[in-house]
Amino acid sequence: MAKSSVAAIDWLTVLLFLSLVGFGWGNIYSASYEGEAFSLSDFSKVYVKQGYWILLSVVIIIIIQAIEVKFYERFAGLIYVIAILSLLGLFVFGKTISGATSWYAFGPVRLQPSEFAKACTALALAKFLSDMQTNIKLISHQLRAFLIIALPALLIVPQPDPGSALVYAAFFFPLYREGLAAIYLIVGVSAAALFILILLFKPLWVVLAIAAIMIFYLIKKRKQKPKYPRFILALIVITCFCFSVNYIFNNVFEQRHRDRFNIVLGKEVDSKGIGYNTNQSQIAIGSGSWTGKGFKEGTQTKGGFVPEQHTDYIFSTVGEEWGFLGATMVIILFILLLIRLIHLAERQKTQFSRVYGYSVIGILFIHFAINIGMVTGLIPTIGIPLPFFSYGGSGLWGFTILLFIFIKLDSNRVNEW
Amino acid sequence: MRKLLLYLIIITTGIVFIARLFYLQIYNTSFASLSEDNAIKVIYDYPQRGAIYDRNARLMVANQPSYDVMVIPRELKPFDTLEFCSILNITKDKLVKRLVKARIYSPRVPSIVIPQLTKDEYAYLQEKMRKFEGFYIQKRSLRDYQTVHAANVLGYIGEVNEALIKKDPYYLSGDLIGIDGVEKIYEKELRGIKGVKRIQKDRFNRDIGPYKNGKFDTLPVNGKDLTITIDARLQAYGQTLMKNKRGGIVAIEPSTGEILVMVTAPTYKPELLVGRKRSPNFTKLVYDTIANPLFDRGIIGEYPPGSPFKTINALIGLQEDVIDLKEKVSCRMGYYYGKRGQKLGCHSHRGPLNMIPGIANSCNAYFATVYRRIIEKYETPQQGIDNWRKHVQSFGLGKYLGNDLATGKRGKVPSSEYYNKIYQYPTYKWYASATLSNAIGQGEVLATPIQLANMTAAIANRGHYFTPHMIKAIDGKPIANEQYTKPKITTIDKEHFEPVVQGMYEVYTKGTASFLQVKGIDICGKTGTAENFTKINGVKTQLTDHSVFVAFAPKDDPKIALAVFVENGYWGARYAGRIASLMIEKYLKGVISRNDLEEWVLSHSLEEEYAKPYSGEPFKINQ
Repeated sequence: MAKSSVAAIDWLTVLLFLSLVGFGWGNIYSASYEGEAFSLSDFSKVYVKQGYWILLSVVIIIIIQAIEVKFYERFAGLIYVIAILSLLGLFVFGKTISGATSWYAFGPVRLQPSEFAKACTALALAKFLSDMQTNIKLISHQLRAFLIIALPALLIVPQPDPGSALVYAAFFFPLYREGLAAIYLIVGVSAAALFILILLFKPLWVVLAIAAIMIFYLIKKRKQKPKYPRFILALIVITCFCFSVNYIFNNVFEQRHRDRFNIVLGKEVDSKGIGYNTNQSQIAIGSGSWTGKGFKEGTQTKGGFVPEQHTDYIFSTVGEEWGFLGATMVIILFILLLIRLIHLAERQKTQFSRVYGYSVIGILFIHFAINIGMVTGLIPTIGIPLPFFSYGGSGLWGFTILLFIFIKLDSNRVNEW
Repeated sequence: MRKLLLYLIIITTGIVFIARLFYLQIYNTSFASLSEDNAIKVIYDYPQRGAIYDRNARLMVANQPSYDVMVIPRELKPFDTLEFCSILNITKDKLVKRLVKARIYSPRVPSIVIPQLTKDEYAYLQEKMRKFEGFYIQKRSLRDYQTVHAANVLGYIGEVNEALIKKDPYYLSGDLIGIDGVEKIYEKELRGIKGVKRIQKDRFNRDIGPYKNGKFDTLPVNGKDLTITIDARLQAYGQTLMKNKRGGIVAIEPSTGEILVMVTAPTYKPELLVGRKRSPNFTKLVYDTIANPLFDRGIIGEYPPGSPFKTINALIGLQEDVIDLKEKVSCRMGYYYGKRGQKLGCHSHRGPLNMIPGIANSCNAYFATVYRRIIEKYETPQQGIDNWRKHVQSFGLGKYLGNDLATGKRGKVPSSEYYNKIYQYPTYKWYASATLSNAIGQGEVLATPIQLANMTAAIANRGHYFTPHMIKAIDGKPIANEQYTKPKITTIDKEHFEPVVQGMYEVYTKGTASFLQVKGIDICGKTGTAENFTKINGVKTQLTDHSVFVAFAPKDDPKIALAVFVENGYWGARYAGRIASLMIEKYLKGVISRNDLEEWVLSHSLEEEYAKPYSGEPFKINQ
């Protein structure tokens, strides 16, 4: 059985994983080396550390593949509880680095439990949804699912690490796949769109525009006898939302959050101060042109103009040194990986595996979309890493575990029925 | 549908990202230059500007270090402005104004705050410099003049202007460039090539080593030393003689076309246009519109040449075979012509004269006759004039010489077209008599002193000249430019020159300049007294005649040919002749034997003469 399981591993996914990790390490090397000779024993260098993290992650992969597949489903609840406890434990034992209490320190090694909590939550959600008793159409079950997802997110927000908490929105994908009503999607997307509109225009104009569209629609469809009260209710809710946006934006958000929005929406230009990261990152990418400046030749990378370049902004190194071709290749690799994973998820015979698979896709996608969007200046600065690429042991391990549990589950599909 | 949604979102995201990358990396090219700006610092290494030597290897122009206080506005930190201002001796207002201007120019690129400190100021400031972050001192080299003369020859250097920076990418704001004279013409040779160092910077603007290991760096190439044809000693002497007079002296070595002397008066000391004093001094010079010291009379002063021009007409007459050496022309205090009995006056001399004494005595009637015959030899006066003009131009008159001077004037030799226009041909006709003043170098003919000197050199060479030039050697290597080494042949046959030369010789032995002989040197010359006019309150008023003199010496194997022009100096031998004679003696003998003559020239001033038209009162001329 174990033998057939190894043979059934989806090597294409593994190959994509390895190319991303390998290319990622190359860019971390370029971003952090300072002209010194290459040495495997110099632990002050992040590329050396990352190298060891990668080697150790191979060990983790082997362990994951060696564990009996039933373990993940059976112990999902326990794993989730441990994850929650580890997040809670941060409030007591956590180590604060650059303002965020997100780490446990074991001597020189630091671990960030929130990176692992994603995989744990995915397991827990898969376990809950695949339970015979669960019916996602029921509001009470929806609430329980939301609770499973929201609990770790709520524990991560006060670290503070709102970026990592935002990633939990990824679990919408498995929920939706399993039959969550489309209205959630519509409401969610509409709310986000309205939010942006109101930041750009005055709320009153937005409300009037929406009302006008509604009236136009109702006049056209008056023969079908539309349900007027619903529309009126919707309009009231929208109006309240619109007028509360400004309040939330101005009173709940902190100045740095407001700044980030304003920069992306073009309402504020400040390439020296708050917009510095985004601006420098765009300059680095933009200077790459078609084929880039070549490995280790990036002037922006060498000069260290882009802050956090080896972590969240690693993609700017790709853009500068490998140019449009290299950067596009990375994007295509991610798209291929995600599409391959959808394919794998869809061929799962158990709901547990499928829900877990979709969670993996959702998490990877959100990271990918937010990170690249931020680095290329499309969306406001939200500091989350690019999977497999960014420097960071916890992140790498977290994503590796997340992905390879799914590969393990998938390799076992031949034994399911 | 539910399965498709995720595919759709993922692929759309991918396409949006690739499109965004395309926009950032390919479509919008501004990012690439921004990256150059902020990651690479370019440092220029300024080479030494070449020195300038005279023909006898006397150093005329060297370099001296100067120190500019520069600022990079974005690196400024708050500093003690009071102390800074007191060290540099400027007001706080001025400092603030300069800093604001620098920031507007560019917060990243250095701008000059105080240019060209002296060594002493620099030594003091350097001690304190570390206190003033954002400021630094850039060393440049300024000109150090070893002579107080020849400003018009050497020219000067100054900061390059915006227009030129745009046109020529070699120059950057604050760079120095030759603006006039030799400095301008030989700018490329003198300046050398500045070296470039590219330094990779990090985000704190700290240097982290050479960019690409110095692959694109270049070393500065020092400017080349120039040897010019000027004789600094003679130039200085000429300048001294022209004190309190206006005009120019140009002397040429006939056998090479090398310009020995190029004096203009009044002039200024070259050191006035160096360093921080340049701007106020320059303004002063520019606004002196009466004495006009920046106007190089030797090369751009266009004057009626007067009698020296008669030598050309004599040569043309011989060439065109309209007169021979023996024929005598009578002169009754002038030449009478036309139906209404017009007269071209002449001075009193014995008569009638043939050619050689005609030149020696500068007889107007003789040359009017010759000139008229030259023109009337042809069917129409138009043909006559154009043929005459062709001969005249072959002496380098009425056209640009094609020399290596920063400025120049064409002068004027009228053509048939010109007369057709002013006499409204063919409605009215015109004849040789209408152009008769050309016979004696008045009227429509204009020439610059350098053209007259060149004309004299052509006569000295008996029929050819070399384009007058200033350059003798670059970095010790003699020039081999065909423009300067190939003779320009005049249209006059060689045999016709001897009688004219003889006539010019007799100017000294028997004629108008007989009191100016130099013992042991056979000088050939020709006096000139040129009428001239100005407008005072819109009324054409005659001023005292210009004193003109051309000469070459020795008669056989000439070593120097020169033209001297003294504005309002009255008759030719009075000022110009005296100066020419002294110059020749100084050049050929090295010492002046006639101290009384020298004393006369040095002690006589024409300032009174020059003040007349501005006095607002009626005045007499030619006193």
